[in-house]
Amino acid sequence: MSSNKLPAAGKLRDRYKNLTDTSLLLIITIVVFFLMYIGAILFQGKGFLKPQTFFNILNGNAALIIASCGMSLVMITGGIDISVGGVAALVSMCCAVYLDFKGGNIFVAVAIAVAIGLAFGLVQGFLVAYLDIQPFIVTLAGMFFARGMTTIVNTNPFNVQNEAFVALKDTRVIMPGFGTVTKSGKYVNAYIEIGVIVAILVIIVMFCLLRWTKLGRNFYAVGGNSQSALMLGINVKRTKFLSHLICGLLAGIGGFVYFLHVGSGSPSHALGMEMNAIASSIIGGTLLTGGVGNIVGTLFGVLSLSTIQNIVASAGYGDPWWTGITIAAMLCLFLVVQSVVMSRKNKSHK
Amino acid sequence: MQSKALKKTGMVEICSKLFRKQIFIPIAALLLLAIFNLINDPSFYKITLGYNSVGDPVLSGYLIEILDYGSELAILAIGMTLVTAATGGQDISVGAAIAISGSVVLRVLCGTNSRPETLQAPIIVAFLVSCVTAMLFGAFNGVLVAYFKIQPMVATLILFTAGRSIAAWINKNELPIISEPSFGYFGGFIPGIPIPTPFFLAVICMIVAALLLKFTNLGLYTQAVGINESSSKLNGLNPMVIKFLTFVILGLCVAVAGLIKVSRFSTINYSVVAKDIEMDAILAVALGGNALGGGKFSMAASILGAYVIQFLTTTLYKFNVQSDALPAYKAVVVIVLVVLSAPIVRDWLSKTWKKMKLKLHVKEVA
Repeated sequence: MSSNKLPAAGKLRDRYKNLTDTSLLLIITIVVFFLMYIGAILFQGKGFLKPQTFFNILNGNAALIIASCGMSLVMITGGIDISVGGVAALVSMCCAVYLDFKGGNIFVAVAIAVAIGLAFGLVQGFLVAYLDIQPFIVTLAGMFFARGMTTIVNTNPFNVQNEAFVALKDTRVIMPGFGTVTKSGKYVNAYIEIGVIVAILVIIVMFCLLRWTKLGRNFYAVGGNSQSALMLGINVKRTKFLSHLICGLLAGIGGFVYFLHVGSGSPSHALGMEMNAIASSIIGGTLLTGGVGNIVGTLFGVLSLSTIQNIVASAGYGDPWWTGITIAAMLCLFLVVQSVVMSRKNKSHK
Repeated sequence: MQSKALKKTGMVEICSKLFRKQIFIPIAALLLLAIFNLINDPSFYKITLGYNSVGDPVLSGYLIEILDYGSELAILAIGMTLVTAATGGQDISVGAAIAISGSVVLRVLCGTNSRPETLQAPIIVAFLVSCVTAMLFGAFNGVLVAYFKIQPMVATLILFTAGRSIAAWINKNELPIISEPSFGYFGGFIPGIPIPTPFFLAVICMIVAALLLKFTNLGLYTQAVGINESSSKLNGLNPMVIKFLTFVILGLCVAVAGLIKVSRFSTINYSVVAKDIEMDAILAVALGGNALGGGKFSMAASILGAYVIQFLTTTLYKFNVQSDALPAYKAVVVIVLVVLSAPIVRDWLSKTWKKMKLKLHVKEVA
């Protein structure tokens, strides 16, 4: 009997072992998100039941999703990039100045956004990968540089009046079948903004990149153990460089999407976006030590984070300081969970 | 001819010896800034003795400003150096922690009323309470880093995100104002003494730190943990306790800096107080030539680095640079510094240095 049982237990343990890495953290995130959303529906009333509430979370956080994808990529490779918020602010300010004062067209503005993102990615990636400087220091400097430059470009916040831009900003993609009927009996369509479509595209591309390409595998290998990655013949430096380059590019795109959502330029834009992006990645199951992570998890990380913000706001704690405290508490919780999971894994290896 | 060449190589040797000393970097940066200011506008160095609104003698001038505002940075640099040396990471929550400790000071002094006529508690009690609070928050960071093994910068990210919110929450988002003049002494001038008080507080902290490093093994232990954690463990040290301790010490430094900060204005602005000071503190440690990856450190170099940073800030202010634009310039300085101190670049530099020396010799022989 017992001999029959043992292999089964062993199988279970094997399964559990496989779970410990990516899937366990991913499952925790997804479960937490759904529990939170169901809890919100139960305790916060009907507001969360409307599909538009969910779409609004997407609309408001499309830029964060894009930036978090880049952040996850860098974290999977074992680095960190805290300049994304600053880059987003710089991008929105530069585009705003270009569109409003120079009356430029939107395609050039997009090009500017991408160019700024790539420039940051290029410099930071070079410093981190080829000069072997700590990524945190480099990107901290990058963040302060971007924030300072934003002020230098233009000090005062202002709204963009450019007609083509405003038209694009107000474009709504109607989601058929998700609309709701208001009290007066009028049918209101549910909608998403252009930025959400960009975000979804970015998620799909990044997911495919990480799962099915050689480069994607390289990112995991370098983050897991750069020494053995080197032994396997992977160009570690180039991989690290590319991770920062892509993160910078995504920060640029995220900055433009953010700009598209708010429609103005201001030095205080995207304040704390880097923290939210890191928190989302961590909540989404990306390990800080590198080598473990998933883009789908990151998406759910962003959703969890913004859902809890919505819950806190609608529970009557509207003061902005509560948001900071909740995000920090959630970050703390997930960091500790990660740390416990990691130490268990290390023990099982021994 | 030969003697001239010999003299030249002698000079080169002295230079290279000095170059290898850690304190060389902040001194060089200080000299650079000083000369730049001297050429640009000698009146930068003018110090005048004036009288403030109460009628006490005070010194004023850019140099005094540097001593004044650089002091809290120097105090923070003491703690930050220890944290950097032991953990190989930096605490980015010091600005938020200063907001918290300053908020606690005001809360204790004001009691329930936000505009008290008289202080509700002695200043020393308020300071001690804020010390305990700041050390508790330091301990929180320390536990995350030492026991949960989270990277210091990410662990302190939690407090960085929540700190200012907690500070606002402590005072129920009110802005207490203290009218008692004696509270202003800590961030201003004590009547009769024309030198700003923060400088004295910084000196006291430096003396305490120097005594601590001289008469205890703290310095040795932190360096041992920073250089190689597992071998220090094999030698009977407990790396966790050491790391934890450095964060608590940083908490104490934060409390002193927080007292100075709130004393300057006798009030607090939660979102602005000590903004970006974490950057300056890290920069001070980096400018002091300390390895940001942990290990050996020089406290004196860090403290000097802090004053050099303030020198730079004051210089930039003098050029009418907006306070929001300051970070951009500082970021460039950081990048230049870390690039210069990166091992790869250093190797390359020393190689070219040797090549140059060789060429010199070849010329001599020829």
